[in-house]
Amino acid sequence: MLDKVLIANRGEIALRILRACKELGIKTVAVHSTADRELMHVRLADEAVCIGPASSGQSYLNIPSLISAAEVTDASAIHPGYGFLSENADFAEQVERSGFTFIGPRAETIRLMGDKVSAIEAMKKAGVPTVPGSDGPLGDDEGELLATARRIGYPVIIKAAAGGGGRGMRVVHTEGHLLSAITVTRTEAHSAFGDGTVYMEKFLEKPRHVEVQVLADGKGNAIHLYDRDCSLQRRHQKVLEEAPAPGLDPDARARVLESCREACITIGYRGAGTFEFLYEDGEFFFIEMNTRVQVEHPVTEMVTGVDIVREQLRIASGLPLSISQEQVELNGHAFECRINAEDARTFMPSPGKVTLYHPPGGLGVRMDSHVYTGYTVPPHYDSLIGKLITWGVDRETALTRMRNALDELLVEGIKTNTELHKDLVRDGYFQQGGVNIHYLEKKLGL
Amino acid sequence: MDIRKVKKLIELLEESNISEIEIQEGEESVRISRHPNGGAWQPAPVAQPWATAPAQAPASAPAAAAAEPAVEAGPSYQGNAILSPMVGTFYRSPAPGAKTFVEIGSTVKKGDTVCIVEAMKMMNQIEADRDGVIEAVLVEDGEPVEFDQPLVVIS
Repeated sequence: MLDKVLIANRGEIALRILRACKELGIKTVAVHSTADRELMHVRLADEAVCIGPASSGQSYLNIPSLISAAEVTDASAIHPGYGFLSENADFAEQVERSGFTFIGPRAETIRLMGDKVSAIEAMKKAGVPTVPGSDGPLGDDEGELLATARRIGYPVIIKAAAGGGGRGMRVVHTEGHLLSAITVTRTEAHSAFGDGTVYMEKFLEKPRHVEVQVLADGKGNAIHLYDRDCSLQRRHQKVLEEAPAPGLDPDARARVLESCREACITIGYRGAGTFEFLYEDGEFFFIEMNTRVQVEHPVTEMVTGVDIVREQLRIASGLPLSISQEQVELNGHAFECRINAEDARTFMPSPGKVTLYHPPGGLGVRMDSHVYTGYTVPPHYDSLIGKLITWGVDRETALTRMRNALDELLVEGIKTNTELHKDLVRDGYFQQGGVNIHYLEKKLGL
Repeated sequence: MDIRKVKKLIELLEESNISEIEIQEGEESVRISRHPNGGAWQPAPVAQPWATAPAQAPASAPAAAAAEPAVEAGPSYQGNAILSPMVGTFYRSPAPGAKTFVEIGSTVKKGDTVCIVEAMKMMNQIEADRDGVIEAVLVEDGEPVEFDQPLVVIS
């Protein structure tokens, strides 16, 4: 088992990682910016090191500072959490080269999945269904570009190979707009990601976002932990997630789950990961893979009983997975509401001091949050202040529990999006299940 | 060895009437004793790395509420503290066994090197930000330091 882990993150996920480390008897090092001295996990950690000023670029994204902190504390491994450097292949490489274990996949796997074009190619070879597309980067020949779009069929979407998570994309409905859209997207991609490579895919009009959680030990063993539905999104940011995804075509689902598991083995995957799909008319289409633990991992934990962060630590320690595929069983249904420090209607961020914090409780209610009464939410980072997760024996019970839990949740002193969630869990279409990725924005009139 | 924990122990000692405190955790231990004449005291050299303290919940232990070493420069000083610009290891001399850059009482000019913070095998010279006299050196040679941690005080 790893001896000491440096948690290269902040907020709720840092606390989540700390909890998993403590349960395994692993010593913890909390690195933090000057603005984050009062974070809960910093106060609970065995050691704490201030790594820079408030700005992320000089602290949580500061690779030399992080590695130096690992050196002076004699840490064995670094857990990158999500966001920040978690999918930065250079960071993973430097961590390993400096003699520490990077808790995640190998750098070359991160690189493979970070380039969306090569990721799609690898998935196709591994037998995972993909969106009909250009099957490679777009060239400069106008005739070829027009022919490719005709072959795929309008509407199409132009995507940056170095993008992902909704960034660097443009939809084209008619041929007349194709060439200029490609040029503009290329320019945007180059300036945002330093790489102007773009590719083309069929644009699905009403898909759902369904993703598959996997765990692989890096030694040829992999399992899937079933699926999640994350279709309620605003500007490509997930708002409310659930597991398992309701109402999927059972055959297509079984095939996709198995293909994800096999793909992990084919590409030599190590650690926790998520395959993201668009699901429309009973068909799955791979869009990208996230090579890290995700924000919404708790809903999978609730319905499978598997502690995903614990498995990450075990895998990084060279231990085998705690369970086999046959032992993974789905039990009940779970939802997660992302509680953000923002105005529920305007979405304007609302940092500041939390004068009163009271989380809900009871059977099947889980609150993952670093907030406490008197904690000040700093303005420098994202607005996620907690995740309210509920579980029930079936979807209806879990949803009712969420309604009640949201009513119990008290956060005073700052604004939160709790009212939005209360609205969503009472929404008729959402209650039926299976809304698509455009639903929330349509409902909000955006 | 966790300098932050040692500093908290020192503060605890200072605030109380105890003259000596020793903590043992398994095979590792640390002892800190007050200077016999009650004047400015120095911590006893720490022989072994000190293991973790039992984790404290944020609401309870006074130690958790004790001032962060990076915020306070310990007992109040006249001059200004130079803060570490990075995470690394603090050294008082340019090489092992060499003469230290400064001692308490040394006169320095703005731009003079007062110490080194080493990070990832690179030696970063920390310079005096003003003319003055070294009033205090707050870190032991070879100890880890964090960003913004006070290193030396120049008055």
